[in-house]
Amino acid sequence: MNAWLTAAPILIPMFTAALCMVAWKYPVAQRVLSLMGSLALVIVGGSLLSIVLDQGIQVVQMGSWAAPFGITLVADPLSALMILIAALMGFCVALHALGDIDPVRERGGHHPIFQVLMTGVCGAFVTGDLFNLYVWFEVMLISSFVLLSLGGLREQIDAAIKYVCINMVATACLLLAVALLYGVTGTLNMADLSVRVPAVPSQPVISAIAVLFIIAFGMKAALFPFFFWLPATYHTPSVSVQAIFAGLLTKVGVYALIRVFTLIFTGDREWTHGILMVMAGITMIVGVLGSLAARDLNRAWSWQVVAHIGSMVMGLAIATPLALAAAAFYMVHDIVVKTNLFLGAGLVRRMAGGSTDYARLGGLFKSAPWLCLLLFVPLGSLAGFPPLSGFWGKLLLVRAGLDAQHYVMVGLLLLTGLLTIWLVGRVWAEMVWKAPAEPPADTLSTLPFARSYALVMPLLLLSLITVSIGLQPERLLNVAGQVGESLYDTSAYVQAVLGTTPAPQPTQLGALETGAAP
Amino acid sequence: MMDSLILRTGVRLLLPLMLLFSVFILWRGHNEPGGGFVGGLICAVGFALHALAFGVKAMRDMLKVDPRSILGTGLLVGILPGFLGAFSGEPYMTAQWLGALGTPVLFDIGVYLVVMGAILAMVQTLMAEGDD
Repeated sequence: MNAWLTAAPILIPMFTAALCMVAWKYPVAQRVLSLMGSLALVIVGGSLLSIVLDQGIQVVQMGSWAAPFGITLVADPLSALMILIAALMGFCVALHALGDIDPVRERGGHHPIFQVLMTGVCGAFVTGDLFNLYVWFEVMLISSFVLLSLGGLREQIDAAIKYVCINMVATACLLLAVALLYGVTGTLNMADLSVRVPAVPSQPVISAIAVLFIIAFGMKAALFPFFFWLPATYHTPSVSVQAIFAGLLTKVGVYALIRVFTLIFTGDREWTHGILMVMAGITMIVGVLGSLAARDLNRAWSWQVVAHIGSMVMGLAIATPLALAAAAFYMVHDIVVKTNLFLGAGLVRRMAGGSTDYARLGGLFKSAPWLCLLLFVPLGSLAGFPPLSGFWGKLLLVRAGLDAQHYVMVGLLLLTGLLTIWLVGRVWAEMVWKAPAEPPADTLSTLPFARSYALVMPLLLLSLITVSIGLQPERLLNVAGQVGESLYDTSAYVQAVLGTTPAPQPTQLGALETGAAP
Repeated sequence: MMDSLILRTGVRLLLPLMLLFSVFILWRGHNEPGGGFVGGLICAVGFALHALAFGVKAMRDMLKVDPRSILGTGLLVGILPGFLGAFSGEPYMTAQWLGALGTPVLFDIGVYLVVMGAILAMVQTLMAEGDD
């Protein structure tokens, strides 16, 4: 039963996507299927997380092929936590899409392709095989290309081309790194790699491969200096697509970095984690400065996505159990808040007549006071006002940084926080308090009741999550603590996947060569 | 659409041959080189040729179903047999055999349909630009 639960995060969205495609001509059926599939994924994610926390790491060997040879699916605390939070975002965005997606995009296949995207995201979280991880990245990217260009506006195609190009480079890097690693070790099972990589005689080769992985995943995660594609693309597609991109896609890159640099490349921490540390620091500052320079709400939020990627990678680079726990906590907080901010920006755009330029915003307090209240939650959490979730995330990171004596990084983190508060203050002034340039269109209340309900409910849900994390952080802190421990001491992971912790042996290839030599 | 008598006559002969050949390749892939991916490509090329000779609309009429529904069906055919292992308590995708026939064949048929549906959807979209 547990084995099926571990495979379910991939199977459910894939199944939903297949059913949606069969029902290509019937958009209403697709909407129902998409919503039901997303709900099922949330239920599965919740039960998977509770089982993993109760009974330890869950492993299933696909097709009964034993561990280093077949593809292993592994649900450890980090995977399970990420799946649950991704599923929640998937549900909220699927609900929002019911009100947001126009008939043209719906006929173009928004619902099935959204589910394919969720398949890729969940697959990347749950796989225990490096090549399989690459495959799920591809699934995710190809569906995101389609979602990005769905609608076919000029600026969308422009953004899609940039996005495709940068991702081609990243994918080529990833494939190259995977191939080199396979050449050196003869395995791609992540648990097996964590045993074999330290036994490789020429460690500088491993360090070089590690840097290739940093480049590949750094591009996906939008780390400095590979972040430039993100602010150029994220503001162009429909609001639902923006929200799921901002919430999940870059975080899958961060997840992959965390996985690879806690499990496999731990031998040369000074070098690899040093690089990550520098990149994280610059990413935070560049991201927040970019968001302050932007004169458009959507663009400012895109830059904020970049800035907070830096905070998570900082946690990974410090690499103490507390820092890893902080990174996991921060990731959960950030996914919820970023999805919420982009959905909120979509509603604001609706009210302001199709633009989120600061010049067009204003008077929201008068035209939609309830929306202001709702938007204050993610904004406050982004700025890190206690007691919202962002405060606890930052507090944990600062604690972890001070404990490990990375004072410069803590300084940069606090500076980023301060500048973010400035940004939030400015956005609040521009959006809520300023007198509007022209009377607001108030397109929300003219919508049919069900549609406006579908548009607003996800914001409410996400804000509730943020508030409940903020008011009762112990539960998530406990989970994050377990995540941190399991990432710091990976012997349980290796044990669960391989059954035993075998001593490093010559690779299959090596054994063949020595056998053929005499 | 190319208005060519030679192509039209040729395609009338070629299409059934290509379909048969694609099924042969699919079946051959069970134990030898071949399989669902190549088979699906050959099948899609057959229909694409038909679209070139007689126009996209003729191809759509002949297919009766939307290529994207074929794609979805193929995905389902690929996903569902994986569950058969559940009856004997084995993990997803464990091959179940009934003599020489097994779930891998069903998976291959799924791949065949996915490739065929995907390629035909592309062909249809690309050719419709100029046609309709």
